[in-house]
Amino acid sequence: MTAAPAIPGSASGLPGPRKRRRLSRKLAPWLFLAPGMLMFLIYVIIPILQSMWISFYQWDGLSPKHWIGMENYVELLDDDAFYTSLKNNVIWLVLYMLAIPAGLFIALFLNQKLRGIRLYKSLFFFPFVISQVVVGLIFSWFYAPGFGLFFALTKWLDGTGIAILANPHLVTYGIIAAGLWPQIAYCMILYLTGLNSVAPDQIEAARLDGAKGLKMLWYVVLPQLRPATFIALVVTIIGALRSFDLVSIMTSGGPFGSSRVLSYYMYEQALSEYGYRMGYGAAIAVVLFAIMMIFISGFIWKMWRDERGL
Amino acid sequence: MKLLKTAAIAALVAGMALPALAQQRTLTLNTDASDPAPKAAFDQLIKGFEAENPDVHVVVNIFDHEGYKTAIRNFLTADSPDLANWYAGNRMAPFVKSGQFMDVSDVWQENGLKDSLAPALSSMTIDGKQWGVPYTYYQWGIYYNKDVYKKVGAEVPKTWDEFISNCKKFKAAGIDCLTTGTKALWPAAGIFDYLDLRTNGYDFHMKLTNGEIPWTDDRVRKVFAEWAKVLPYTTPNVSAIDWQDAVSNIVQGKAANYVMGNFAVATFKDGGMTNDTLGFMDFPEITPGIPRAEEAPTDTIHIPAGAKNVADAKKFLAYVARADVQTKMNETLGQLPINVQSTVGDDPYLQAGFKILSTADGGIAQFFDRDAPAAMAKAGMEGFQEFMAYPDHLDAILERLEKMRKRVYKN
Repeated sequence: MTAAPAIPGSASGLPGPRKRRRLSRKLAPWLFLAPGMLMFLIYVIIPILQSMWISFYQWDGLSPKHWIGMENYVELLDDDAFYTSLKNNVIWLVLYMLAIPAGLFIALFLNQKLRGIRLYKSLFFFPFVISQVVVGLIFSWFYAPGFGLFFALTKWLDGTGIAILANPHLVTYGIIAAGLWPQIAYCMILYLTGLNSVAPDQIEAARLDGAKGLKMLWYVVLPQLRPATFIALVVTIIGALRSFDLVSIMTSGGPFGSSRVLSYYMYEQALSEYGYRMGYGAAIAVVLFAIMMIFISGFIWKMWRDERGL
Repeated sequence: MKLLKTAAIAALVAGMALPALAQQRTLTLNTDASDPAPKAAFDQLIKGFEAENPDVHVVVNIFDHEGYKTAIRNFLTADSPDLANWYAGNRMAPFVKSGQFMDVSDVWQENGLKDSLAPALSSMTIDGKQWGVPYTYYQWGIYYNKDVYKKVGAEVPKTWDEFISNCKKFKAAGIDCLTTGTKALWPAAGIFDYLDLRTNGYDFHMKLTNGEIPWTDDRVRKVFAEWAKVLPYTTPNVSAIDWQDAVSNIVQGKAANYVMGNFAVATFKDGGMTNDTLGFMDFPEITPGIPRAEEAPTDTIHIPAGAKNVADAKKFLAYVARADVQTKMNETLGQLPINVQSTVGDDPYLQAGFKILSTADGGIAQFFDRDAPAAMAKAGMEGFQEFMAYPDHLDAILERLEKMRKRVYKN
């Protein structure tokens, strides 16, 4: 009796709900992803494609666009300012990495149980809390010829004084030093949280086996800090490539364009008072995007591997 | 039924009220007058205009001075006002060429502005037509510390050679002969403009900023050779100094001369200088006999192509051009009126500026970044900044500028 009513429908009815369930199981993640993907499409993917599209035009933002093909890129290849920016970007990338070991060092130093250690920790973290604009201002006063502390110090040492921000060879290093100040604090906080999760039993076991000092750090502590190191690497690379605010505040790319980085050069060409060459700015943006893509795909590849447990 | 009646009456009232409202016409003005003095001057200007034209209501949108330079590109194409502030010379060329500004030659014709605004006629003209009305300008020149001159026993120079020989006296006293702060690039262009105007004259300078003369020309090199004479006596590291910080060099007597625009007087006085200690002189003569030209950036008002109330906008331009209006407005601005029938207040710097500008038979230049197109101006000013730090880079700088010239003026 129980089976009887089911029989007529079994030929077509039974696979029905199962198929529907399978379909909805396939569909559900996409439905949940849809809003995010839509936003990503509208605000990230389409603008990237538009930038690439604009880079083939000569356009001042007002007059009609004028197709010039690869001419913007050809001009880039022959543009000294572009190479200066590219070189500075590389210097930024390399020197900014110093924030990771420096942050680790400070984190290890602060990772002890003392009265008031929380206060010291927050004092070390302080530069990351203040705005980059303020950091830039403080450092440009620090370097300023005439009244800056650093200038006075070098003047006392060598008699004439070194105006870092007026020296085309030193200016980028001066700005990077300013950038490192908050970046070190950022890496420090990442490592401090990482150190909290280092397993004490492993430390003890290593100690019993006679590991000490650097060996302990290298073979026991650092491997456990790998997730923190990975994040610190990512934020530092991103920080180095977006080094726009400090350059803008401290030098506006000067003296005579020697502290430009690609992001600032792009802004200058496309949007600043003397710019409005949208096509050329877009071409610079595409190059910057290509450089970032190298790192981004590296990270994505690593995360994909980690997730599959390789 | 009652409801219907009320609605009918309401509709009737609205119908009667609307035409009454429409008689009060509106005129929108977008301006960058965000600083206190320009804001007061515009308030006064608009009150005066509304008093004479009670049927027009002027709506003012004030923008931040720097932000305006970007904003104007957006509002001209998207939501156009009836009037907008801008600058004369090549600075308005992009808007004229892309058809964003309206030709107002008829306003000039009907009001005889070609005579009354004669000093600014050439800088308002593109393709033989006038594209706006100028309402104020200010002179550039050399501001100097009178006490320092007395201290070393130097006379105010009339020629460039005298200026340089003064520099030796200042150097002996440990004072910088010339100071500036080129962090924002443009102060260096003031020095270049005057050296070129005095060495080669107005016509050459205009041709150079128009891209008709190669930067590698010998006459351009001559300008830099004159500049090189004063570099050993110039404050070092100027590329890291803001122009306001360089003012303090003059105030404190660490430097003697500063090539600047008249707007800096307020900053000098904030630093504690008075009419007795702050001097002003015209830039000294270099090549004898060429007609004297001066530098005076001009601020202007234009009618955007998308203006809705063109008739009243033109009325407004005619009002702004009037001698009495310009006199009153520039009193508040602390600048110079362009209308030749206007009068100037008894401020000694304005008096001096009015004198040198109204007798400049060579012509009036706008400023390097207004006479040259944007990309050329930027590259040029960077070149000047580099030259001040590394005079021996001159060949490389001029070649770079020449490459830029070939690209910028191509189309």
